[in-house]
Amino acid sequence: MSPLQLCLLFSSALFCIGLIGALSRSNTILVLLGIELMLNAANLNFIAFWRYSPVPAPATGVLFVVFSIAVAAAEAAVGLALVIAIYRHQKNIRLQEATRLKG
Amino acid sequence: MSIPFLIIALVTLGAAAVAMALRNLIHSALLLVASWAGVAAFYLWAGAEFVAFAQVIVYVGAVSMVVLFAVLLTRRSRDDLAVAPESLGRALSALLAGGAVLGVLFGAVLATGLKVAPGPAPTVSVLQLGQQLMGPQVASLLVIGALLTVALLGAIVIASTDRDDVGASLDDARGRRQAAPLQEPEDTP
Repeated sequence: MSPLQLCLLFSSALFCIGLIGALSRSNTILVLLGIELMLNAANLNFIAFWRYSPVPAPATGVLFVVFSIAVAAAEAAVGLALVIAIYRHQKNIRLQEATRLKG
Repeated sequence: MSIPFLIIALVTLGAAAVAMALRNLIHSALLLVASWAGVAAFYLWAGAEFVAFAQVIVYVGAVSMVVLFAVLLTRRSRDDLAVAPESLGRALSALLAGGAVLGVLFGAVLATGLKVAPGPAPTVSVLQLGQQLMGPQVASLLVIGALLTVALLGAIVIASTDRDDVGASLDDARGRRQAAPLQEPEDTP
């Protein structure tokens, strides 16, 4: 098994842990944390390929991951602001109870 | 393979798995911070130091603070941090779906012949990154700056209280204070 395949197995396992967490929990903040884990696993994938493949432009891979981290952080901030807004409306943050679009 | 990689992988996967399974929300958030630190350690092991420090600053530093603020702002009483247990059917079906995705990904990774270039990690200096950001990638830099600004403003607008909600939140705080009155220290005469 090549080292690249081991790194990809590691990132796939982290992705599936995040997926299971996002699918099974009913607390909205835990679902968002699962989604953050999935984004981190995708970044791991990028760095694994950057490390082990013959790259002509090594700065591009690093910049891709930096932009991905920035986008994930912005999405986390907006998602948690939405959680706070939902809490103000229905006084708890269970996903099953946020079933209406009407505010 | 190498021992540091195995240690990093075990710590990261273990912390992530326990964080997704716990019932206390703050414990989950703190274990997830440990998992993000493990991911940063993997970046250091792979030779991408800039990305490792960006991961530590953004995830371990900033996103964990935002998550903890959201946890503390969305609870009703002092010990409302315990999340209700999930139904068994839901947990089992999530495990089944996740296990199926894991099997597919593992099979795909192990079956594909991926070309591995032998040798040390490619070295990227911060000077090169700066020149790339200001040169060929300047469009992406401007777009990500605009995106971060808009996301920050949007998050503030979404999470802020309206004028007529201020009364509701004040009544909420008054009700909480009446339910659990603070013990004022007695003034010594």
